[in-house]
Amino acid sequence: MPVTTIAGRDIHVDDEGFLTTYDEWDPDLAEQLAAQIGIELTDAHRKAIDFLRADYATQGETANLRRVSTLGGIPTKELFTLFPKKPAKKMAYIAGLPKPHGCV
Amino acid sequence: MTTPAAPMIVPDFGDESTTGRKLAIICSKGTLDMAYPGLILANAALGEGVETHLFFTFWGFDIITKSRMADLKFTPLGNTATHLPQGLGGLPGITAMATHQMRKQIAEVGVPEIPEFLEQIVASGGHLWACRMSADMMHLTKDDLYKEVEDIINAADFIEKTDGAQLLFI
Repeated sequence: MPVTTIAGRDIHVDDEGFLTTYDEWDPDLAEQLAAQIGIELTDAHRKAIDFLRADYATQGETANLRRVSTLGGIPTKELFTLFPKKPAKKMAYIAGLPKPHGCV
Repeated sequence: MTTPAAPMIVPDFGDESTTGRKLAIICSKGTLDMAYPGLILANAALGEGVETHLFFTFWGFDIITKSRMADLKFTPLGNTATHLPQGLGGLPGITAMATHQMRKQIAEVGVPEIPEFLEQIVASGGHLWACRMSADMMHLTKDDLYKEVEDIINAADFIEKTDGAQLLFI
């Protein structure tokens, strides 16, 4: 399992770079992760990230877009604006979670 | 001696590679089981940043016809993949039962009903088009169709709009 250094910390990631250890994440790290893929976090981003983190803690898997919009209360359209092009994967990366694996 | 630092691993979201990529999906069937594959693939493509157009034609028109879209059916008749005796499919009530069962299974895996799914596709930037010939055949106008259908267009228009796209016929 590769280890990468982000913001002076050793972080466990998978081969693609997604974090693999839930507890190595914190909100400061999220800022760094977002910056690496060209996203500057706002409160709207953080709301989505927080939902994803909390949902993962109870569900054991990364929420898909529909779940974030229906349960997290963030419209799909807005998610595409906040995390352009590939919202589900980008949100998961910044939230320090695995890529979502559902079909929808 | 110091060991060289490992390079930083950042996912490559491939934003550049999907720029300009287009997918055209032709939905020609109106049964519940044949409506979903197109919608699921459209949704997945949109989530990957691919421009996606859906063209609803022939029986696929039911997917975007207001009076029918929420009531698509599934029948085991002629479908060997249900692994039921074929004679069973023709019995009264079997279609209703099979439809009910399939809806339940679809809901269980967290996939929305057709109207809500179309809403999500449109919110994700997908384009819905209705086939001119089908509308004429069935005497339907834009008022009869799901409100987010952009227009009723002919096949040539659709081919023009999806110039360079990858194509799926379902």
